[in-house]
Amino acid sequence: MTAGTLEVAGLTTSYGPVTALDGVDVTAERGRITAVLGANGAGKSTLLRTVSGLVRPDAGHVRLDGVDLTRAPAEDVARAGVAHVPEGRGVITELTVEENLRLGALLGSARKRTDRRLAHVYEMFPPLAERRRHDAHVLSGGERQMLVIGRALLTGPSVLLLDEPSLGLAPRVVAQIFGLLRGLVDDTTTGLGMTVLLVEQNARSALSVADVGIVLNLGRVVARDAAATLAADENLRHAYLGF
Amino acid sequence: MQQFLNVTLTGLGQGAVYAAFALALVLIWRSTRIVNFAQGAMAMFTTYLALVVIESGQSYWVGLAVALVAGLVLGAAIERLVIRPVEGGPELNAVIVTLGLFVALQALAAILFGSTFRSFPAPFDLRGFTVGGVNIAFTANSIYTIVAVVVVMLALVALFRFTDLGLKMRAAAFSQEVSRLLGVRVGRMLTLGWALAAVVGSLAGLLIAGGSLVFPGYMDSIIVYGFVAAVLGGLDSPGGAVVGGLTIGLLLSYVSGYVGSELVALAALAILVAVLLVRPQGLFARTAARRV
Repeated sequence: MTAGTLEVAGLTTSYGPVTALDGVDVTAERGRITAVLGANGAGKSTLLRTVSGLVRPDAGHVRLDGVDLTRAPAEDVARAGVAHVPEGRGVITELTVEENLRLGALLGSARKRTDRRLAHVYEMFPPLAERRRHDAHVLSGGERQMLVIGRALLTGPSVLLLDEPSLGLAPRVVAQIFGLLRGLVDDTTTGLGMTVLLVEQNARSALSVADVGIVLNLGRVVARDAAATLAADENLRHAYLGF
Repeated sequence: MQQFLNVTLTGLGQGAVYAAFALALVLIWRSTRIVNFAQGAMAMFTTYLALVVIESGQSYWVGLAVALVAGLVLGAAIERLVIRPVEGGPELNAVIVTLGLFVALQALAAILFGSTFRSFPAPFDLRGFTVGGVNIAFTANSIYTIVAVVVVMLALVALFRFTDLGLKMRAAAFSQEVSRLLGVRVGRMLTLGWALAAVVGSLAGLLIAGGSLVFPGYMDSIIVYGFVAAVLGGLDSPGGAVVGGLTIGLLLSYVSGYVGSELVALAALAILVAVLLVRPQGLFARTAARRV
């Protein structure tokens, strides 16, 4: 088994009487972008929140490289190498840009090299470098997305969970962010690509960058296939993906 | 002129203590959104512990150390055992719990230490200086009070601004969910926040007691003034708590010196009402609105 395989099996999560996830199976592998698609309320965010330990499941398993993380608290899931970028971006606006990034770096394994790793993120996202000393609330939507992705990367994750990274961003910025994700997953320089599990309502863009797609409807998996195959399935697109 | 100087200096000394007390309230409000009404009772309790130590023949400084360590332990224990179970519930639950703690600690202190007035020693001279034949109501003990508060503030600023631990504590205060997703042990940060606040509160209790009388209710008026100072500064802002504390100290000292000492409590209340009417978010808060 390659490092960074996230296995979700039979995951069931409910909020009171409402079942948000109903026996969902998902496997996300290293070097691939797995996109989870579906309408509002399909259970996409709940899937990520259950995986990362913010919500406790009623049944099922979450495993990272065979290690059970099912009921681990969010702190421990993060420490195990799963970085969850929540919807609404999760920038702590009261802290400066650099403090946000440092917070991610505190979890990374090689603390001594924090400055070098920060420099690497600034290289990746030049707009952040220009505003490193500013409070993070001055950042634009796209810059905030850069900040949270950069911060997640500084935690040194093997799996990246992204919730609606395209929400509210201009198409050009979305393309930029997705291009960046592709680069992280394919990482040819080190050969240590990441596992990305991406949740998106913007199915068209997500399928254009993903390798594998999974479609959720009312908490159940209704389709799972190669991204290109899903994108070509006209019935499925009309029924669940809205394009 | 001499009176003005004296009143001002007295106000600054008092204000430093209010500032420390307000700071303790702000530390807890920032991290757990709870106004800790038990803060004064906690400080009173640790001051009694210091008094026991001092009366057993130890020096003032040993008593101070005991009070601060006791504050640390008491703060952490209260957060873990009493506050944690009501967190996440309706906000009023936590408020009622701190009020209950306030009553319980005062009663416990009366049982353990008696409810009579006992004098608390001051580490430094309580006589004012004489400059050019003019008596100035500024004592070595007031200087010690101000220095102690300033040192604690600077230490806190250094902790929050320049250390990894401080960064994690601030992050946990601003966004628990994001902090947890970044591996910050939020529960520990909250406990530590309460513990630190209790230390600062204990210091305030000890400073106000120095050279004065203690009894189980001696912190009651300080709670009110400290709370007004914290609200004036915006509850969310440690810097605001300091400025608020000094402002309240000065204003109340002027009221006491020029209008009448019986009006001090009324003046504090008037300031509180005025702040809530005119600028409910306080002088320094960044957030626009607050539910009162």
